[in-house]
Amino acid sequence: MIRMLFRRLWLIPVVLAGWEWLARAWANPFLPPPTRIASWMREQWFSGPLLLTEQAVDNFVPSLVRVVGSWSAAVVIGITLGVAIGRIGRLADYVDPLVEFGRAVPPPAMLPVFLVLFTMGTQVQVATIVFGIIWPILLNSIDGARGVDSMQIETATVFGVPAHLRLFRIILPAASPKIFAGLRLSVSLALILMVISELKGSTDGIGYLLSVASNNADMPGIWAGVVVLGVLGFALNSLFLMIERRMLGWHRGARRTA
Amino acid sequence: MTAETTPARAGQPNQGRPSPSRARRGKLLRHAVGVAAFLLVWELAARAGLLPWLPAASASLARVAELAFDPAFAGDLLSTLTAAAAGLPLAVLVAVPIGLLLGTVPAVEETTRAIVEFLRPIPSVALIPLALFFFQPEINAKVALIVYAASWPILINTLYGVRDVDPVATETLRSFGFGSAAVIWRVSLPSAAPFIYTGIRLAASITLILAISVEYFVGGSGGIGAFLIQASTGIGADAMLDVIATLVWAGLVGLAVNVLLLRAERRLFRWRHA
Repeated sequence: MIRMLFRRLWLIPVVLAGWEWLARAWANPFLPPPTRIASWMREQWFSGPLLLTEQAVDNFVPSLVRVVGSWSAAVVIGITLGVAIGRIGRLADYVDPLVEFGRAVPPPAMLPVFLVLFTMGTQVQVATIVFGIIWPILLNSIDGARGVDSMQIETATVFGVPAHLRLFRIILPAASPKIFAGLRLSVSLALILMVISELKGSTDGIGYLLSVASNNADMPGIWAGVVVLGVLGFALNSLFLMIERRMLGWHRGARRTA
Repeated sequence: MTAETTPARAGQPNQGRPSPSRARRGKLLRHAVGVAAFLLVWELAARAGLLPWLPAASASLARVAELAFDPAFAGDLLSTLTAAAAGLPLAVLVAVPIGLLLGTVPAVEETTRAIVEFLRPIPSVALIPLALFFFQPEINAKVALIVYAASWPILINTLYGVRDVDPVATETLRSFGFGSAAVIWRVSLPSAAPFIYTGIRLAASITLILAISVEYFVGGSGGIGAFLIQASTGIGADAMLDVIATLVWAGLVGLAVNVLLLRAERRLFRWRHA
């Protein structure tokens, strides 16, 4: 166990030590040594009464709430709309080109619309994230709901299975591999959109801290922002993969495409 | 892409069912009706003043056409596309060899996995401020970030593609005395190619995401990101007109890139689908 961990992780301390040595030898202000970044983070963020400082709480919490809240909203709206569209006659044919177009727009290009509308604040982030990530979810939900074996649904109908059970026991499970394929990219995309919308249109959040550090040419601050966003990305992705494995464990193809 | 449309084949009998070409025409008609209905609702909503900030569909589409002949906008569009087009092949050159290495030498993959797993979830746009300090003319920072971000899906897909190669094929070649370079070149790379291509297709949309995001931060560098940010400093329906028109252009570009890459995929890997 310990040997395996060592085999897998030995490169990380080596890289960090190499970086430390290089940064000290080179003395380039753009490349602070990792110890400097770590002490900056401890001073600014992790020296509060209950670990986190006020600055950390005031900026980490809004970011987290925005990204998780908007992602959940996009998922609920996307799946609900998508399944409805996919199940109602030929409705999918009518909306297909619109959804395809929405997906083709590079998501950050949505941001200015909401900058004009709201100028600043949480609405900008929420709207940018939701409108940025909903398209692949919508498209795959439509596709998944449309592709459900009609024999299964008809059988259930004949046996008098009520509509809500047909939805939750047949349609949604059958569509879920497709839906998860759409969701997989949405987590990292939501984070990207959170950062970009906080860099541009916000007065708090991790992205805002990053933009302040950048304006002050505070290099350890910039690096610290990158580190904390990396940790956040890692945590959110791991959480998503865990949920996916739980909900899609029964599906044979699910493991291969991960 | 949704529901593949099967191409109509001449001279094929089909009894009773609507012919493929007719089904396809019906579908196209429904597509057109859907778009028309959307534009109509948009136009009416804007005219009725339901959303005061929303310019009418007709005005927006007119602005889209107008922008095509606006040299400043055309220059911006070109500059975004140039950066994306420069970054994508560079990302392929960086990511495919690394992916091949990681995919064929398990020891290297195991050692670097922790680093890869930590670097990959960092949202690439968080690196924008850093890149702007490190790479001096802004265009370099833009291309560097595009290459970095676009490399990940190509790298991962190459890795999985190579790992998926039929071991019988590689062992056969090896037993005939081919060296590992020859095995990679003749078996691993060709059979991983469709995977790699899918990675490139994902990467193409990432290049546009990064190009526009970087342009938001460096005002004078041009690009549709800079154009959008400039437009968004205005207020009300006038500002929205430019923003929406640019958005339509961004969507058209994204759509064109998608369609071209899918077409090329079908042509390149016909042997695989057959």
